[in-house]
Amino acid sequence: METLVLQALSGLASASSLFLVASGLTVIFGVSRIVNFAHGSFYMLGAYLAWSLVTALPRGHLGFWGGILAAALGVGLIGIAIETLLLRRIYRAPELFQLLATFGVVLIVQDLALLLWGAQDLLGPRAPGLRGGTMILGLRFPDYELFLIAVGPVVLLLLHLLFHRTRWGMLVRAATQDREMVGALGVNQRMLFTSVFFLGACLAGLGGALQLPRESVNLGMDLAIIVEAFVVVVVGGLGSLMGAALAALLIGELHALGILVLPKITLVLVFLVMAVVLVMRPHGLLGRAQAPAAAGAAAEPAIGATPRPLVWLGLAALLAALALPPFAGDYALSVLTEIAILILFAASLHLIMGPGGMASFGHAAYFGLGAYSAALAAKWLLAPMAIGLALAPVAAGLGGLLFGWFCVRLSGVYAAMLTLAFAQIAWSVAFQWSEVTGGDNGILGVWPDAWAAPRLVYYYLTLGLCLAATLLLRRVIRAPFGYALRAQRDSALRAETIGIDAFAIRWRAFALAAVMAGLAGGLFAYAKGSVFPTYLGIPRSVDALLMVLLGGVQTLSGPILGAIAYTGLQEQLMRLTDLWRLMLGTTILLLVLFFPQGLAGAARARWEGRHGGA
Amino acid sequence: MLEVSGLAAQYGRAQILAEVGLTVAAGEVVVLLGRNGAGKSTTLKAIMGLVPPSAGRIRFRGQEIAGRPPFEIARLGLGYVPEERRIFSELTVMENLEVGRRPAPPGQQAWTPERLFALFPSLGAMRHRPGGRMSGGEQQMLTIARTLMGQPRLVLLDEPSEGLAPVVVERMAEAILALKAEGLSILLSEQNLHFARAVSDRATIIEKGRIRWEGGMAALMADAGIREQYLSV
Ligand SMILES: Nc1ncnc2c1ncn2[C@@H]1O[C@H](COP(=O)(O)OP(=O)(O)OP(=O)(O)O)[C@@H](O)[C@H]1O
Ligand SMILES: [Mg+2]
Repeated sequence: METLVLQALSGLASASSLFLVASGLTVIFGVSRIVNFAHGSFYMLGAYLAWSLVTALPRGHLGFWGGILAAALGVGLIGIAIETLLLRRIYRAPELFQLLATFGVVLIVQDLALLLWGAQDLLGPRAPGLRGGTMILGLRFPDYELFLIAVGPVVLLLLHLLFHRTRWGMLVRAATQDREMVGALGVNQRMLFTSVFFLGACLAGLGGALQLPRESVNLGMDLAIIVEAFVVVVVGGLGSLMGAALAALLIGELHALGILVLPKITLVLVFLVMAVVLVMRPHGLLGRAQAPAAAGAAAEPAIGATPRPLVWLGLAALLAALALPPFAGDYALSVLTEIAILILFAASLHLIMGPGGMASFGHAAYFGLGAYSAALAAKWLLAPMAIGLALAPVAAGLGGLLFGWFCVRLSGVYAAMLTLAFAQIAWSVAFQWSEVTGGDNGILGVWPDAWAAPRLVYYYLTLGLCLAATLLLRRVIRAPFGYALRAQRDSALRAETIGIDAFAIRWRAFALAAVMAGLAGGLFAYAKGSVFPTYLGIPRSVDALLMVLLGGVQTLSGPILGAIAYTGLQEQLMRLTDLWRLMLGTTILLLVLFFPQGLAGAARARWEGRHGGA
Repeated sequence: MLEVSGLAAQYGRAQILAEVGLTVAAGEVVVLLGRNGAGKSTTLKAIMGLVPPSAGRIRFRGQEIAGRPPFEIARLGLGYVPEERRIFSELTVMENLEVGRRPAPPGQQAWTPERLFALFPSLGAMRHRPGGRMSGGEQQMLTIARTLMGQPRLVLLDEPSEGLAPVVVERMAEAILALKAEGLSILLSEQNLHFARAVSDRATIIEKGRIRWEGGMAALMADAGIREQYLSV
């Protein structure tokens, strides 16, 4: 009983920190409609800056608390820089681009933090005046945790006063509902956005800085907190401050008490709660339907016939892919094999993103499910490769049917968040259930059968399967099913009136995409000889997104071009520099800012510009 | 005060306005008439900068405003009351007014909540009610009051009579005449000819994004042929 109470108390302390981050995220979203992936980076920067300041400043109350506050303000300034330099240019871009751009910031900040503070964990001093503990029910509870418990409600109260008692707060609330109207009333939205971003970044920075006496500062803080903050914000309702508070409480306690009940699967528990809330209340506990962004994106061009030169180029590339490999070395062969797999992976995501119009930020889940089911079959059943490769798409497809049933009900950011959450569930199972999956060490020794063991044979096998699957996907997009899919994307309502069951179509497309991603994952497992939890991680989902966006969402050849360009780029970057995250992040930003239509889109636009529109 | 010439605008590839020209003099009420979809709202939005004009000139109080962002246009003294009202439903009446508040230019008597409540008495009785829990007529008054808080010299008023009961339309007409008496210039968009006639000095008729007729209100009322051709449904 006593442990239960103390555990609940420490849950409250975590809830406070979580609320600081989530409140900033939700306020920023409310006004700018941007889901800021970099919010976790603000939190991490707050912790690092606080460490630097507090260790540099003289010891004592002023040095410590001054350092914490200065760190929070410093992060606020960084937030201003990011808003004015980057976000301001993409407020009208599609949601996924915004999410991706802020993920680019995450990558850049990770490498910069590595350069500035090094890879080792940093330990901060404890808070002066709060070093001791208090006896509660006969057990000692740290004073600092009690202090944190108080911080959450105090910040909530201050924010409430700010939003209801000041003119600035009223403008923010008004802009959250209708920013264009606020502009027409003479309010400079830019100033408003920048100041909101400053506030949000400060809150995240403060949240991070306050962790200093509690846990070590490290480079994994950003992704760990952002995923939880997403969950909190989505469960609470995007844009709702009270919702964020309520959800932070719920998630904080779920973590704290879940450990007592089911120590292995607290993460799964958290994401399950999220999935249930979203299915019951698609806009979160206290959220409401968001008006579609004003002046919506221009209608996307229909998928037309492939331009002639592109067909020839494709055939030439295919011929090269068939004829040249016998002369290639082992390394080149393994790169080529990987490219073939990634083309299928990208093409599968393209099906739901392009023609389907759905956002997925967790496509790696199905890739990983395929890889793991093949590897598990090989390890525990000693199954031959053919069985493993047959199992991979089936398992991934079942996963897609299950997760998709939830995901395809939502749209926009909510769908993106839910797909991300499911991918994190899959990831945490692979990561935490180490008896079966090997945990972080993965599963080794997943090699092809003897006949397929030579790299060249395995390459041709992979090429054949991936080519067939990719061509099948193209067929599907041009078949009546593809028309129905695009019809529901363009107008769900209109599609329903002509007898298209939008839910069923979306669900089937989602499952089909999962099947194909699973096949890619299975092939990947045998190509590498091993599987790891990273196969299901956020970065791999982002890889897929990047390939599709790099190529261009609205062209069939986009994912193919994108996969080739992306793999090539990554290979080069990894070989040239240790700072590949920095380079990749910068590439993402450049892509989002200058090539919003992707490579194939840009090429097509040039072609049509020169030869008259199609 | 406001001179628009050769104004064109489009949504995506659809050309909505082709050749719009109109003028509003100081203290004048001009009504823009036309059928559904003629381009009335788009004209007002283009003047306000909410829809980017693709061609044409818009001069307001001697300055070219085409292509400027809406907040700058608003600060020059142009007020906009949208057709859909767009009340901030989570904010109370007083808070809605606060969002619209701007300092009055020197020499102009400032609109305050108290003066606006004298103009729209029903609003004064619900100062702390959230905008989302008001009737359509009350919302229409609030959206006008909110715009007046910005101390405009000219107001673009998009179909203020739409969807209102006849008694409320009557009261709306009185309010507009009171504003006119204060010296405010108004560019009104309307389909309700009866209402337009009660408040306007001049009329401009738009059809398919082009101005078709222009003249005094009395001339329009005398010419059944024009009304038949451009306004009857
Ligand atoms: N956001 C938009 N996107 C595309 N087309 C639009 C948009 N808004 C209006 N239109 C089209 O522009 C044309 C003019 O619309 P507008 O709203 O200006 O007409 P209106 O004269 O105000 O009509 P009403 O009397 O119904 O308010 C219409 O054909 C309409 O369908
Ligand atoms: Mg209209």
